[in-house]
Amino acid sequence: MNKVLVCAGTSGISAGALEVADAFAREIENRSLKGWSLVRTGDRGLFRDVLVDIVTENSGRVSYQYIREQDVAEIVQSHLIEGKPVEKLLAGEDYRDFFSGQKRVVLENCGEIDPENLGEYTARGGYRALEKSLRQPPEDIIETVKSSGLKGRGGAGFPAGVKWEFARSAGGDEKYIICNADEGDPGAFMDRSILEGDPHSVLEGMTIAGYAAGASRGYIYCRAEYPLAIEKLEKAIKDARGEKFLGEDILGSGFSFDITVKEGAGAFVCGEETALIASVEGGRGMPVSRPPFPAQEGLRGKPTVINNAETLACVRHVIARGPGWFSSIGVEGSRGTKVFALAGKVRNTGLVEVPMGTTLRELVFGPGGGMEERNSPIKGVQIGGPSGGCLPESLLDTPIDYSSITATGAIMGSGGMVVMDTRTCMVDVARFFLEFTVAESCGKCVPCRIGLKRMLEVLTDITEGRGRMEHLEFLERISSTVKSSALCGLGNTAPNPVATTLKYFRQEYVTHIKEKKCPSGVCLKLIEFVVVDEKCKKCGKCYGVCPAGAVSWEKGGYASIDREKCIKCRACINACPFSAIE
Amino acid sequence: MNKNPDIDLTPAREAVESRGRRRSSLIPILQDIQKIYGYVPRPAAEMVAEELSIFPAEVYGTLTFYAQFRLEPRGRHIIKVCQGTACHVMGGKDILDYLSGRLGITTGGTTSDGLFSLERVACLGCCGIAPVVVVDEKFFGHVTVQKIESIIESYRQGASGE
Repeated sequence: MNKVLVCAGTSGISAGALEVADAFAREIENRSLKGWSLVRTGDRGLFRDVLVDIVTENSGRVSYQYIREQDVAEIVQSHLIEGKPVEKLLAGEDYRDFFSGQKRVVLENCGEIDPENLGEYTARGGYRALEKSLRQPPEDIIETVKSSGLKGRGGAGFPAGVKWEFARSAGGDEKYIICNADEGDPGAFMDRSILEGDPHSVLEGMTIAGYAAGASRGYIYCRAEYPLAIEKLEKAIKDARGEKFLGEDILGSGFSFDITVKEGAGAFVCGEETALIASVEGGRGMPVSRPPFPAQEGLRGKPTVINNAETLACVRHVIARGPGWFSSIGVEGSRGTKVFALAGKVRNTGLVEVPMGTTLRELVFGPGGGMEERNSPIKGVQIGGPSGGCLPESLLDTPIDYSSITATGAIMGSGGMVVMDTRTCMVDVARFFLEFTVAESCGKCVPCRIGLKRMLEVLTDITEGRGRMEHLEFLERISSTVKSSALCGLGNTAPNPVATTLKYFRQEYVTHIKEKKCPSGVCLKLIEFVVVDEKCKKCGKCYGVCPAGAVSWEKGGYASIDREKCIKCRACINACPFSAIE
Repeated sequence: MNKNPDIDLTPAREAVESRGRRRSSLIPILQDIQKIYGYVPRPAAEMVAEELSIFPAEVYGTLTFYAQFRLEPRGRHIIKVCQGTACHVMGGKDILDYLSGRLGITTGGTTSDGLFSLERVACLGCCGIAPVVVVDEKFFGHVTVQKIESIIESYRQGASGE
């Protein structure tokens, strides 16, 4: 059977994938083409608007990118009917670099199968790990996962098998598995892509975890902003029940386990285990101090294992291919692969899965394809989102594993990665993340509630020209206090973006304070827009785009900007073909 | 929260009925209610407290803790501006500030004609087309100030054409 694969996850849909898929369906029907099936897959991970792959039995696979509805008829006529690919629409070298530089384990099915079709999942080995698990005693499964070296992918990196063991050895007959899919970290969306593109892999992992830990109920706590993921999950759960992969007496083994989806309501702190439990119980998602750990006393006071969605998606590979196979990928202390959400000023943005121990440089210049503007220097990489840190160019050879990343002052986090060039202001980035954590702090403990707020005030002062040199020492002191005294992971890690930028990009802070200048031209209070007459070619483009009427220009004359009226929206800078506005 | 005595609570009561009178059903019930009315009206919140035998303050505490819940009706079109990391680096903050000034409302506010509400979201996960703005369910990528102008205008015209 020949196939047309259309990437229709949230990213694809936002670029018009559903219209493209419908157009293929119409064309295939109208021309009564036989032997072709249309598959709406999850996102494959690369942002190229709508991606379409044509897979034929004879000539293999051809990839198209940036496909619009109006391109479909041509592809159908030329490629599907006449067997000639449409050259001008083909994905290029960047596309091949993006995928050839990866090792896709967790993302193996994303962009390949119809997530709503259980048969496609089982045809690719799905639920075989569950079958295999149910034939072994639960203790053996725990041993297997422990020896594979699988650690939590949500940020903290706790060994998954140990968590299961804690819950198993805790007393009581009622235990729970919770899949943490409350991916609130701005810039990370791997959990969403997995849930949308391969929901059964998470269900399978959860069911195996349930069997190993002795739990009979599972919850998936999913962000409410992910309606498509929730829809795919609900469908997958229903189908899995129908085939006895879930529910009473799974596959005739006598083991029963069922899963319910819980919709989060929008609170970053609910990614923290104890806050998540409070939220599932219906209250404000505020953390409590540990111990007792959830694996001992969790949901409704019962032993509860909380694993991240990506961690659970790894489980079936550990079981099916064996712990030795899994631990052969990666490095000491960090086994397997990790998915990163690569964004910012790189050529290829999207989800990238690489073996642990890959260096930042390999990732950015391999799958990432290097800088967006070829000659623009890389200033740094932000890793780990609001809990992570900004690393400078000199640290790009750091291998991505839990201990090496922690040693730099950042953390692995959930895998957000933003590449920055000289147009990114590090003080502004630190302020941005702090603004986020201040807004998301639950307010329970003083260091986080007041400490972060004070740090944000000082950072705002610096970005608005009111900074003083003693502020830097203040920021360092308060960073270390908040880090060591906050109640939960949110507060413990929130100072990281500030601490790392102060450590690696201190000069930028100093320039903001002493010269009242933002070298990257980002901090609006510290910049003014002027037309440089020597560069101005009198074209008037800036005049045309200014929404505030601040640009004056007459045909044949230089443009100029009225400071009073200028709202610093950058429309003129973006419109100027000669970079004459600074 | 406004007192709003004219609201028909029947569908809200049905939501309580179908989710069950358990404390752990509180968030799903409130989510259902918001889907029905577009926000959580005060009489509905009070009804839920009574049905679940918890204090209204606990319901209020939960409502105000989560970003998703709204206590006031929203505009006809919801403009969400992504403030994720990638969008920020690509100028998402400028877009939000510009929209806020252009519409004359702060984030979370609604224009006086009831046409637009402005919101910020943490990350929509479309970092490749940053900066991103979503109006209702429609995504706009690589947004610039000029694009914003034409987007707002198209919705304004859509409204006056009806």
